[in-house]
Amino acid sequence: MVSLLDIIGPVMVGPSSSHTAGACRLGLLARGLIGGTPQSGLLQLHGSFARTGEGHGTDKALVGGLLGFRPDDERIREALQIAEREGLDYKFEKVTIADAAHPNTVRINVELNGKKATMLGSSLGAGRIMVQEIDGYPVEVTGNLHTIVLVAEDRKGSIARITGVLAEHDINIATLRLSRKERGGDAFMVIECDEEPDKKAGEELRALDWVRWTRRLPKVSGG
Amino acid sequence: MYKALADAIKDAERDKKSLAQVALAAESRDQGRPVEDIRAALQRALDVMRSAIEKGLVGDLYSASGLVGGDAAKLRTSAKGPLAQTPFRDILTRALAVQEVNAAMGVIVAAPTAGGAGVLPAILTGLAKAKSVSDEKVVDGLATAGLIGAVVAERASLSGAEGGCQAETGAAAGMAAGAATEMLGGTPSQVGHAVALTMQGMLGLVCDPLGGLVELPCVFRNATGAAIALAGIEMALAGITFAIPVDEVIDVMGEIGREMDVRYRETAGGGLAATPTGRRLAKERLYQIKRSDG
Ligand code: SF4
Repeated sequence: MVSLLDIIGPVMVGPSSSHTAGACRLGLLARGLIGGTPQSGLLQLHGSFARTGEGHGTDKALVGGLLGFRPDDERIREALQIAEREGLDYKFEKVTIADAAHPNTVRINVELNGKKATMLGSSLGAGRIMVQEIDGYPVEVTGNLHTIVLVAEDRKGSIARITGVLAEHDINIATLRLSRKERGGDAFMVIECDEEPDKKAGEELRALDWVRWTRRLPKVSGG
Repeated sequence: MYKALADAIKDAERDKKSLAQVALAAESRDQGRPVEDIRAALQRALDVMRSAIEKGLVGDLYSASGLVGGDAAKLRTSAKGPLAQTPFRDILTRALAVQEVNAAMGVIVAAPTAGGAGVLPAILTGLAKAKSVSDEKVVDGLATAGLIGAVVAERASLSGAEGGCQAETGAAAGMAAGAATEMLGGTPSQVGHAVALTMQGMLGLVCDPLGGLVELPCVFRNATGAAIALAGIEMALAGITFAIPVDEVIDVMGEIGREMDVRYRETAGGGLAATPTGRRLAKERLYQIKRSDG
């Protein structure tokens, strides 16, 4: 659903809503995956991100996002220098990602104190983004809300158990999407929440022995 | 949100409301947010628009490539030209100012996108100044503009990469024309005609920025887009109507965008970007960006 505030907005550092604001949001999500400013970041740019990224400040916006700057933060302009000061060792590569659906796509590999994450995401225009892959798992995350992604064995009652954990932590579920490739195969869940799920909720989900993998992502856009 | 301007206009006429009120009510319903909250967010957007204009008018901002910058100040101070010291000139100047801030990585409000972000603030704040319109009314204008943009997003596109520049500065001009028409006392149906009269003049406009950067012609296209919007406002307020309904004009904009060759959709493969000079400048200037970053 289109919102007035998506049309009159976002407030952002120029020059391009897709190449700057969207790139910054992708950086923020990657940062969220490891819970802080990474010590190292490898940013693999595809398509138009690779071709016109420098002129649009895509590099600064991505690194700015990794540093925790929001799209309207003027420090984005100096993000590359700030990264050096803060010990974020970043590297850019131009690549061709074969199955990338969108020309503005980046794969971000980050590491903080041994914790690693890889994310594939695209900037769709007007600042909107879509994360398609985290740690190799297919997902669909927009960053409009706090999000939990989760891969679990397909078994009865699993959704009830998961929503129960979230309810215990007073987290309201806005949307829940479930998909699986085959009956009895792994179930992929994307859960968007109104409140930010705390670390403890994430740990409790991870502790369920039929949950293979789970990640929390911050809200990076929307009002 | 509405998917057709005709529906919003019908509701506004039936309830004797402005399109701004109808748009705010729909947004409040959709998002579960009080109208006051939405107005506050739009007021913040207006504040950012004003400070971008102020920054840009100084005229000391240049893009990383150096391709654009300093022109808002030229227009602000020039005594020449048939529009000197008119609100028309002031609006053109404001449109350049916002875009120069954008190209220099300053803070702007994408409305609907960053590339077309100069038109709406230029028209609304310029006319507010010329006609002493209150901030409350300007915020209403932003709501009406948002409604128009949402309908364009739904029926066509707001992205140069998808639909050419008609979808960015063209949509921005339509939004600005409709919003200003209502702000200056036009009826909901006159708003519809203002949008149609403006967007018909931007149909087919390609997206052809040099080197693929939101700089040239983007900065100037915001000024020319604002000029076309002013023509639309002037005609609609005089009671002129456009025979093709506004939603059909928007639909055809979408259709033209889909048919547009990929060279004309932000890829720098055609249009001004692919002229001999366009190619040469992009090559020289892109090299300069790399060098200045070390
Ligand atoms: S030419 Fe393309 S990039 Fe420039 S303002 Fe128009 S749509 Fe945006």
